[in-house]
Amino acid sequence: MWVYITRRLLWLPVLLLMVSAVTFVLGTYGPGDPVRVMLGTKYEEETADRLRSSLGLDRPIVVQYLDYVSGAIRGDFGESLRYRGRSVGSLLASKMWVSFQVNMAAMLVSLTIGLPLGFWIARHQGTWIDPAVIAFTLVLMSIPIMVSIPIVLWGLCLKLSWVPCSGWGGFFDLRIVVPAITMGIPGVAGLARLMRASTLDVFGQDFVRTARAKGLRESTIDIRHVLRNAIIPIITILSFSLAGMLTTGFITERLLGIPGVGDFAIQAIFNRDYPVIMAFTMILSAAFVIANLLADIAYSLIDPRIRLS
Amino acid sequence: MDTSIGGKGHFSRAFSRLLRKKLAIACVTTISVIYFLGIFAPLLAPYGYNEQDYQSIREGPTFQHIAGTDLKGRDVFSRVLWGIQNTVIITMVTILTGGLLIGVSLGLISGYYGGRVDSIIMRIGELFASFPDILLVILLAATLRPRIVDSVRWLEDNTWLDGIVKSGVADYLVISLALVSFSWVGMARLVRGQVLSLKTSQYVESAQATGATPFRILFVHLLPNAIGPIVVTVSMGMGTLIGTEIILSWLGLGIQPPRPSLGTMLLEAGSISALRVVPWMLIAPGIVAWSLVLCWNLFGDAMSDVLNPNTR
Repeated sequence: MWVYITRRLLWLPVLLLMVSAVTFVLGTYGPGDPVRVMLGTKYEEETADRLRSSLGLDRPIVVQYLDYVSGAIRGDFGESLRYRGRSVGSLLASKMWVSFQVNMAAMLVSLTIGLPLGFWIARHQGTWIDPAVIAFTLVLMSIPIMVSIPIVLWGLCLKLSWVPCSGWGGFFDLRIVVPAITMGIPGVAGLARLMRASTLDVFGQDFVRTARAKGLRESTIDIRHVLRNAIIPIITILSFSLAGMLTTGFITERLLGIPGVGDFAIQAIFNRDYPVIMAFTMILSAAFVIANLLADIAYSLIDPRIRLS
Repeated sequence: MDTSIGGKGHFSRAFSRLLRKKLAIACVTTISVIYFLGIFAPLLAPYGYNEQDYQSIREGPTFQHIAGTDLKGRDVFSRVLWGIQNTVIITMVTILTGGLLIGVSLGLISGYYGGRVDSIIMRIGELFASFPDILLVILLAATLRPRIVDSVRWLEDNTWLDGIVKSGVADYLVISLALVSFSWVGMARLVRGQVLSLKTSQYVESAQATGATPFRILFVHLLPNAIGPIVVTVSMGMGTLIGTEIILSWLGLGIQPPRPSLGTMLLEAGSISALRVVPWMLIAPGIVAWSLVLCWNLFGDAMSDVLNPNTR
């Protein structure tokens, strides 16, 4: 297994280099001129040329790319073309913090509904409850996010006026309710299934039978013996999948006016702000690949039948 | 393929298992109805997708406009039908080219020849897979669109071809290309795995011994064995594919107005101001998008149960 992990880790920088090259080519091959976007409709050709050369955009693509990579290795992702004078690193960091909070809230919703639900249907295995609940969670999982958000908004904001309709005020603000619900509910289906499988696994163990033979109360067995052991694998897997969660916010953040990294990236793509696009893609890809690796390792540690090779 | 014991083939047994699943049958029916409505939208839609009725602007559902009208007085139901047509065309093109043509052939080649060819194909796949899901699609769609539209315009100006941009073919091309980029990898990996496990089996060796060409071995001897998993992968992936297409249009990177798509309709209907004034605009496109994704997900689940009964 260590060979596998080392190989994957060694492969990671190569992969990131390739990802950055592809993104860079797409960025420069893409239409529109960032200089023109920055200057607006009225500008002198001379000003544009001066700006272009001060940004280094008149150099050959290969030189620009190598320059970028050497900066990125030192942790310098350059300056945003859109927000002059702000480093991409600091811009992205503040946006990512917002997205992270939204994702944590969503995860909290998934967990508080998914885990008890999964446990409950595992206890009712073989009855109609089990397949019915699974089907129902699938129904909820399949709502496209651009449908579920308006539905929840219509109910909670327009009809009941419980929460403000859009905006952002931090983790302990009411406005986090809508994104938390709409992003958290789809996760319930997967979690409930995982929890159900995990619980059923523990139910079949010898120590549960022993506990029952000792005459312990059902509730004691459930909490002390079953629940505790069933939760361990799920928490392990979840904690590693957190890094991959930053990707989900494109639509939610745009629709609800949350100043997170997803909406920021979309704007950067439309504004041709490619230092931001580059950095965002790199960070996300790195997080994504590492999270996948960690999840793979976690799976194989929990379930020795899964062999990594 | 009808080689199993008892005279009944693997697929006919799978089919009879599928018929017993009520939910799956309900889903197939729903999908067929929606696809039928979309494909025959030109015949079935009561109004044109851009036809404005100035007498009934922003009207709730009535007998004349069963899903209401939008801010410009266009019939929402008709627009949904045309939107379904776009979604159906794009996802079908993507599955046929990206999933089946590119994914399956690369998987076959990769698994059969092994060595350097295999590692090149698989490394490229890994590159595509290491972009987080939808980001690559958005990046591609955003950067490819103007280029493709430009070259199609050039084609129109310089040849006798005309009206391509207006017909939306360029849009189809952009979205399909972007979607193909991520949909081939999983398929290639799956087919490669199947080929690897069967490559050394005796019937393939005997085919090789009788002098069958690699092409024949790949498509006649190896591919049929992978059809089950391919069907499962396609049906399980369709929900995600449709969702992604809707997201692209929602972001303004897909089908361009005035042509309707489920994504742009949901965008128009989903803002707070629209919800306040014309909440019914959300109902028809919302239900269609939801049931398409849901039914493909449920159907994919059922197919996976039916074709790999041992995994449960």
